[in-house]
Amino acid sequence: MALSCHDLLAIEDLEKADILTLIDTAASFKDVSNRQIKKVPTLRGRTIVNFFLEPSTRTRTSFEIAGKRLSADVINISGSSSSLVKGESLKDMAKTIEAMQVDAVVVRHWSSGSAFKLAHYIEPPVINAGDGKHEHPTQALLDLLTIKESFGKIAGLKITIVGDISHSRVARSLVVLLKTMGATVTVVAPPMLIPAKIEKLGCNVSLSLDDVIEKSDILYILRIQKERLTADLFSNYAEYNRQYGLTKERWARASKKCKVMHPGPMNRGVEIDDEVADSLGSLINTQVENGVAMRMAVLYLLVGGAAQELGGAREGAL
Amino acid sequence: MAERPKSWAELGKGRFKRLTDKILIKGGRVIDPASGEDSVRDIYVEKHVIVEKFSNDKNISVIDAKGLLVTPGLIDMHVHLREPGREDEETIESGAQAACAGGFTTIVCMPNTDPRVETRSVVEYITKRATGLPSKVKVVGAISVGSTGESLTEMGAMRDAGAVAFSDDGRPVEDSALMRRALEYSTVFDLPIISHAEDMALSDGGVMHEGLVSTSLGLKGIPAAAEDIIVARDIILSKLTGAKLHVTHLSTAGSVELVRAAKKEGLKVTADVTPHHLVLTAESLKGYDANCKVNPPLREEADRKALMAGLIDGTIDAIVSDHAPHAANEKEEEIENAPFGTIGLQTTLPITLTHLIGSKFSLSELIGKLTKGPAQILGIDEGTLQPGSEADITIIDTEAKVQIEPSLFLSKSKNSAFLGMKASGRAVYVILRGRLVLKEGELAG
Repeated sequence: MALSCHDLLAIEDLEKADILTLIDTAASFKDVSNRQIKKVPTLRGRTIVNFFLEPSTRTRTSFEIAGKRLSADVINISGSSSSLVKGESLKDMAKTIEAMQVDAVVVRHWSSGSAFKLAHYIEPPVINAGDGKHEHPTQALLDLLTIKESFGKIAGLKITIVGDISHSRVARSLVVLLKTMGATVTVVAPPMLIPAKIEKLGCNVSLSLDDVIEKSDILYILRIQKERLTADLFSNYAEYNRQYGLTKERWARASKKCKVMHPGPMNRGVEIDDEVADSLGSLINTQVENGVAMRMAVLYLLVGGAAQELGGAREGAL
Repeated sequence: MAERPKSWAELGKGRFKRLTDKILIKGGRVIDPASGEDSVRDIYVEKHVIVEKFSNDKNISVIDAKGLLVTPGLIDMHVHLREPGREDEETIESGAQAACAGGFTTIVCMPNTDPRVETRSVVEYITKRATGLPSKVKVVGAISVGSTGESLTEMGAMRDAGAVAFSDDGRPVEDSALMRRALEYSTVFDLPIISHAEDMALSDGGVMHEGLVSTSLGLKGIPAAAEDIIVARDIILSKLTGAKLHVTHLSTAGSVELVRAAKKEGLKVTADVTPHHLVLTAESLKGYDANCKVNPPLREEADRKALMAGLIDGTIDAIVSDHAPHAANEKEEEIENAPFGTIGLQTTLPITLTHLIGSKFSLSELIGKLTKGPAQILGIDEGTLQPGSEADITIIDTEAKVQIEPSLFLSKSKNSAFLGMKASGRAVYVILRGRLVLKEGELAG
């Protein structure tokens, strides 16, 4: 059991079988995190570099914990985007990391396509932890695991993604992944925050949350960044909250079975109200928990090597 | 492969003299769009000009052109030579050599150098540096000082020094009032104003064409409207002023339609298009290839078809390379930061011969867009094979295979959007002012 791809750069790298393998593997790794000794020896002696050139706490921590629970040596390299632009090029930086004989590189970068470029420059597997406005595949995968656990299925679910679709790498990965798995995806945003022709990626587009809220099985709320609002449209957070926020009034109109998700960090009172974020319908903390499990699965399947070894390691994991 | 000359200036001039007396181009297919000719015949060159027959039969060099095309020397009216300022990317000499190898006897360079071409002295500097090179270099002067769009340059002085047109290419003239003044003043000299049509507020931060591909790559898009709006504005200003407006590197179906309507109305509006916009689309950006990051961006198939239709029906008068050399390390930066542009002097002919010719667009029409078209726009006395004309001649082997790879390029930069493609057809001989400067596909030395 291994993935058909060498790197994880975008959801389209994955075959459907790969996605199912990742889900199963991640589900089994969840147990590890619930033990008193949260460690398996699977990646002992392997070195994983977290190469983060954009501020990130959640994703970096999640990958770091995932690597450590698999007994890998995890090194964090971070830097501001400006130092890289003005100083060393991505190519030179990549070659330097490769020369240190690492076994995988997890990359977060402000530039779309940078994970793709990095994979072109170096031999070890590259895992995209978010590149510009392009993709954030592990986030989408952990969300998929969360949805699967909650609903027992993916196909046929009506999933509504609300927020700044234009600038969201999570939205891009999610739309492609959920469509592949048979869900019906609707993106909701004002037109200024909907990228050109996104419907051709296989989703519906709605300009009104009120129009689709009642029919949604899942409301996936994206973070709104203040600079986007002023640059692109809204005069203030309150205007956004009134038109597109998941307020408690709107939440009351959602179906009883409806769940709410958010990739974090949240702007409470802007895109989501406190009462919704903390409600019983919220899967937000489960997403975080599943983040570690899914990243363990990704590292294990891409770095772990031969199927035989994987088989043995999985028994250890279980 | 013959060794390339290290420097054009080092070449012994005596070797050309031997040939400049008389050249007989024998048995080629002569295509001269300016006179409408397309026939197999001999061409006679004596003492720098094309003649009907030689004065005597001594010292005749013969080029066997059987099976080859004999055309007026090609003209590329939109190139960027990086001298002065960025000689690491291109010099006037390396640009002229690349032009020669690409079949061009005249190239017209844009003013966005450092210092910019906005004074008489820079026009004179470039002209002087171009002396003796294997391609003529003509100069476009800037419209505004610093291309800041605030005040006009000394257009008259630059015209006196030889400038053939004015443009702020690389950026638009954002201020409509200044564009109006530039157009008005250009009528004094009867020289065209070349418009780089881009609404900077709409294109700001954009990397590629706004559409499905930009969405799936997560790159900021540049809508077609950014071009169309300025094309429309400039056509309206051309009407207001009666000035010659040339819109360069059209990329959208909308701007083709605007130019078509302007021509129908009888305005003095002309236009050109690049081979990359005629052949490639935004799909080429998949894989984040910064060599395909060009400005204006590669658009959609519908735009590409509209450009081709505009070329066929005469809306578009010329094909230009928009040769834009860039250092490899700058193109390797994050795609958002990489500079716009592709080189094109050595790919224009192979790519257009390979991809454009068909039942609706003939070889003769293609050659017209590379000779007669630009010559008419600029009002220069070139682009024909009629007796009495200066002997600028390009001889093309349409069967010659061309593998587009970095080693092909004489340019100092290798950033081609066409890298990896195969094409068929290239210049094999070029005669410049009666002098053989390209011989069997190699710079004559």
